[in-house]
Amino acid sequence: MSQMIINGMVLGMIYALIALGLTLIFSIMNVVNFAHGQMYMLGGFVVYYLYGVYQLNYFLALIAAALALAVIGIIFEKFFFRRVIRLAKREENTMLLAMGTALLLENLALFSFGEKQRGVPPVVTGVYEIGGGYLPAGRALVFFVALFLVIGLLLFVQYTRPGRAMRALAQDKEATYLQGVDINQISALGFAIGAALAGLAGGLLITIFAINAGSGTAVSTKAFTMIMIGGAGVVSGAILGGFVLGFCEAIGYETLPGSTTYLIIFIALILFLIVRPQGIMGRPQG
Amino acid sequence: MAATRKVESERVEEKVREGGKGKPGILSSVLPFSLSSVLLFFLGLIYLIIFPLLYRDSRYVLGVVINASMLSVISLGVWLTFTIGRTNISQGAFALIGGYTTAILSVRYGVSFWLCLPLSGLMAALIGALIGWPILRLRGVYFAMITLSLTEATRLAFLNGGDFTRGGTGIVDIPRPGALSIAGITLIPAFKGSDPLPFYYLAASLLVLTLISLRRLTQSRIGWVFRSLRQNEELASSIGINVAKYRVMAYAICCFIGGLGGSFFAAFQQNIYPATYTVTDSIYFMLYCFLGGLDYLFGPVVGAFLLIISFELLHSIQTYQTMIYAIIMITFMLWLPNGILSLRFKK
Repeated sequence: MSQMIINGMVLGMIYALIALGLTLIFSIMNVVNFAHGQMYMLGGFVVYYLYGVYQLNYFLALIAAALALAVIGIIFEKFFFRRVIRLAKREENTMLLAMGTALLLENLALFSFGEKQRGVPPVVTGVYEIGGGYLPAGRALVFFVALFLVIGLLLFVQYTRPGRAMRALAQDKEATYLQGVDINQISALGFAIGAALAGLAGGLLITIFAINAGSGTAVSTKAFTMIMIGGAGVVSGAILGGFVLGFCEAIGYETLPGSTTYLIIFIALILFLIVRPQGIMGRPQG
Repeated sequence: MAATRKVESERVEEKVREGGKGKPGILSSVLPFSLSSVLLFFLGLIYLIIFPLLYRDSRYVLGVVINASMLSVISLGVWLTFTIGRTNISQGAFALIGGYTTAILSVRYGVSFWLCLPLSGLMAALIGALIGWPILRLRGVYFAMITLSLTEATRLAFLNGGDFTRGGTGIVDIPRPGALSIAGITLIPAFKGSDPLPFYYLAASLLVLTLISLRRLTQSRIGWVFRSLRQNEELASSIGINVAKYRVMAYAICCFIGGLGGSFFAAFQQNIYPATYTVTDSIYFMLYCFLGGLDYLFGPVVGAFLLIISFELLHSIQTYQTMIYAIIMITFMLWLPNGILSLRFKK
C-alpha cells in the first residue's frame, strides 16, 4: 500500500511537470503541442549521450537538455506556428502542423539514435524505507528536482514580468497587445519553456525508465490524458491531472496484468468526460 | 474576413432551411449535364474498366492502386467528420474494429466475407455511435486528444483480448472471400489464389460507391446541416436542429466507412494485428484529406492517390517515408493550407 503511494507520488510529480509544459503552450498559443512526447524523448537522449555516454555531470546534462529543447521550441514557434496561426482559417491547420512536427522529430531521432532502448546508470544509489515501502534514492532525487522545477515555474509565472505577460496573453490577446507586450516574444518564450519542461521531464525520467526513439507517442497520449482529467489550459488542473494519472498507474501496475491498466484508464477517462467534459478544474469550453 | 464568414454562414442557414436544393449553374441550365460530370464519368470509366484491363497481369500495379483506393475510402470517412468541424484521429481504431470483426467472424465462425463486410461496417458504426455520443460533446483540440487516446485504447483492447483476439500474434489465417450466390445464382465467383484482380474490382466499386453516397449526402439537407454544425453549433441548435443527433450520425457514418476499409484490408492481406492501424495511420488519413483539400469531396482521394503512387514511383526514398510525410504536412500547412485542389477550384 505505502509502496503504491510512494510510486504514485514520484510518477505524479514528474507527470505534473509534463502536463505543465503542455498546458503552458496550450493556454498561451491555443495550440496542442502534439510533439510534447517527442520533446520528452529528445530530452532523454540528450541526457543519455552527455551523462550516460560522455560521463558528464548529471545536472549539467539536464541543463543541456532543457536548453536544447528550448531552442527547438523557439524554432518551432518562430518558423512554423507563428505563420500558420496567423494564416489558418481553421484550427485543424495548427493541429496538423503540430502532428507533422511530432512525426518529424520522431523520425529524426530514429535516424540519428536508432531503435535501441536506452537507459542511464542511476545518479545516486541507496534505498530509503518509508512506512514499509521502499523508495530508491534515484527516484527520490527525481521527485525533488521535479518538485523544485514545478515550484520554480509557478513562482516565475506568478511574480515575474514575462510570467505576468504570459498569463495576460492566456486571458486576452488583444488587451495584452494594447498594453505594449511583445506578443511574438512572449509566445516564443512560452513555447521554449514548455518544450524545455518536456525535455527536463525526459532527462529526469530516463534515470528510471529506459526510452527509445519511438516512445514519444505514448508520452504524448499520457500528457493529453492528464490535461483532459485536470482541464486544459489551467495550471492547477495540469498538476492535479498529473497526480491523478500517476496514482492510477501506480495502483494499476501493482494490481493488474500488463497493459490492461491503460485500457481501463482510457475507458474511465471517456466515462469521466461524459460527466465533466471540461475536466476537473477546467472552465466550460465554447 | 469577418464579412465573408458571415455571408458564408447565411448561405448555409438558407440551404438548411430550403432543404439543400441549390440553384442550377449557368452551364447546367443549357446542357443536361455539366462539363465536370462528363470528365468524372470518363475518369470513372478508365478507373473501373480500362485500367484493370490494361494492367490485369501486373500484380504490383494493381496492388498499389488497390491500396490507394481503399485508403481513400477510409479517409473519406475522416473527411466527413471534418465537415462537422471535428478533427478525428480515431479512424485507425474503427478500421481495426472492422478488420477484427471480419477476422474473428470468418476464422472462428466461418461466416462468408460478403456477410462480414457489411457486418464489420455496422459493428464499427455501432461502437462509433456509442462512444461518439459522449465524446462528440468535446470540440476542437479536446476532441482531437480524446480520439487520439481512443486509437491507443483500441489497440490495447485488441492486444489484451486474450484468446478471442489472439493478442499480439494477431489473426493470420483469414480466408480469401468465397463465392457469393443468392438462390443458386452465383453473383460473385470465389477469389482464387493470389490474383489481385477481383480485389481491384471490389476496391474500385467500394470507392465509387462511397464517393457517390457521400456526394448525395453532402448535397442533401443533411449535408448542409453538417456544415452548419462546423460553423456554429449554438446557432444551428437555435434554428431547431438536433445537434447531438446529426453529429453522432456523421461520426457513425465515418466509422462505418472505416470498418468497411478495415474489413477489406483484413481479407486482402489475410492478416490483422493490434498494430495494423496505429495513431500514425489515423494521422495519415487526416493528412490525405488536408493534402487534397478539406473543402472538396475529392480531396482525400487526390491526396491518397498522389502520396501513395508517388511513393511507389520513388522507391529509393521509401525508407524516409514517414519523415517526408512529416515534411509535407509542415510545408502544406505553411504555404498551401487549403490543399492541392484549392489551386484550381476556388471556393
